[in-house]
Amino acid sequence: MEERLKVQIGIAGALVALFAAAPAAAQSAVDEIAKYRQQLQDGNPAELWEARGEALWKHKRGPKSVSLEACDLGKGPGVVKGAYAELPRYFADADRVMDLETRLVHCMVSLQGFKFEDAVKRPFGNGADRSDFEALAAWITSESKGVKMNVSLSHPKELEAYRIGEKMFYFRGGPHDFACATCHGESGKRIRLQDLPNLTDRAGAQSAYTTWPAYRVSQGEVRTFQWRLNDCYRQQRFPFLKFTSEGSIALTTFLAHNANGAAFNAPAIKR
Amino acid sequence: MRKRLFWVAAAALAAGCASMSDEEASQKALAVMKASFAERGQAKLDRLDQDEAQKLCSVPPATTLPKDVTERIEKANLASIRYPADGRLLGDWKSGERIAQSGQGKQYSDDPKQPSGANCYACHQLSKAEISFGTIGPSLYHYGKLRGAGEAIQRYTYGKIYNSQAFTACSNMPRFGHKGILTEQQMKDLTALLLDPGSPVNQ
Repeated sequence: MEERLKVQIGIAGALVALFAAAPAAAQSAVDEIAKYRQQLQDGNPAELWEARGEALWKHKRGPKSVSLEACDLGKGPGVVKGAYAELPRYFADADRVMDLETRLVHCMVSLQGFKFEDAVKRPFGNGADRSDFEALAAWITSESKGVKMNVSLSHPKELEAYRIGEKMFYFRGGPHDFACATCHGESGKRIRLQDLPNLTDRAGAQSAYTTWPAYRVSQGEVRTFQWRLNDCYRQQRFPFLKFTSEGSIALTTFLAHNANGAAFNAPAIKR
Repeated sequence: MRKRLFWVAAAALAAGCASMSDEEASQKALAVMKASFAERGQAKLDRLDQDEAQKLCSVPPATTLPKDVTERIEKANLASIRYPADGRLLGDWKSGERIAQSGQGKQYSDDPKQPSGANCYACHQLSKAEISFGTIGPSLYHYGKLRGAGEAIQRYTYGKIYNSQAFTACSNMPRFGHKGILTEQQMKDLTALLLDPGSPVNQ
C-alpha cells in the first residue's frame, strides 16, 4: 500500500515537473518576445517603402512612359484608397481573379508597355536589388489602413478561387507530409517559440492577414503576401511557388476572405 | 467555422457553382498547383504527387475519418516499417540531441548533400534546458523516465519515428524513415535521446 502511494506521489511529482517547471521558463520567453514585438511598433521602416511606392505609382515609366495612375485596382482607375481590402477580386477586363501583385503586373504590361518577363523580374527584394512590388504594395496597402476587409465571392470565379485555395490549404504533400493546415489549423500552437495563427478560425485569419505586408526586421525588407506564401511553401518542402501564379491567388483569396470584417492594419512590422 | 462553410456552400448554390463537387474541387486544385509551382533545387514537382495517406489526410484537422479508413492508413504504414538488421535500436543520445535541434533538410534552399535534421524541438518539448520548443506535438520531457526502456518501448519508439502514421493515421508528424528523411543511424540516435536514462530528456 505504502509502496503504491510512493509510486503515485512519484508520478504526480513527475507530472508537476512536466507541466510546470520548463514551460514556465518558456512562457516567460514568450512574454519577452511579446514585449519585444510591442516595442517594435514605435517606428516602422516600411514608411520608406511606402514613399518609394507612391513615387513609383505616380512616375511615368515603361516603354509607353505613363504612370500607374490610370491602373484600376478594382474601385475604378486610379482609386487606391480602400482597394486592397477588397482584393483579390474578379476583373472583367482580364476575365480572372487577381490579387494586388497580379493586378500591378497587368497594369505594367497593359498601361506602361512592359514585357511580362521584365515586369515580374524582381518579385522580392534583396538589399540593393530592390523590388518595385514591395514598394508599391507597401504604399497601396497603407491606403487601406483601418478599412474593413471585404473580399467578395459573388462572382463564380471568385468562389472557384476560394474553393481551390481551401483545397490547397489542406493539401498534404512532399517528403514531410506538410499542409498549410499542419501549422495553421489549430489554435494556441507554437513552432519553437513562434505563435502560430489558426487560419481556419476567423479571429486567427483576421489577425494574420491584416498584418501583411510587413517590414521584417530579420530581413531588412518589406515582404508582401506573395512572399509570405512562397516562403511558407519552401518550409513545407514544396517546390517554388511561382509569383502571381493561379494557385497563389487562389490561396490568397481563401485567406483574405476568411479575414473579412477585420480592419486592415498593414504594413506592419514583424521580427 | 461550420457556419462559414455553410454560407460558402449557400453562396456556391446561389452562384450556380454547385456543380463543382468536392472531388472536382480537389482535381481542379491539383491541376492549378501543378501549374503554379516550379521545380527548384531538390524540390521537384513530384512532391505534389500524393500517396494514399497524404490524399486521405488532406482534410481539416478536426475531421473524423471513418474507422475503416484510418485502419487502412495505419495498416499500410505499419507494413512500411523496417527495423535495423542488427537488431539494435538505441544509438547515441548526444547525436540524437543535435538531430532534434536541426531543422535543415529537403527544402529547396538546403544542400541535399548535408544530412537532414528531425527538428523535433519545432513541435515538442524534450529536455528541460531547451526552452525554445513548439507545442504542435505533445511534450516528450521524461519520455523514457515515464515509460522505461524495455524492448517493447524501444520498438514502438523507433517505429513511431520511422512512420508515425502506423500508429496514428493523419498524424502531423513526418514519417522520417518511410519518406527517407532520416537514416537508420539517425533514428537510432533519436530513440536513444528519448529512452536513454542519461539523456537530458529523462533528467
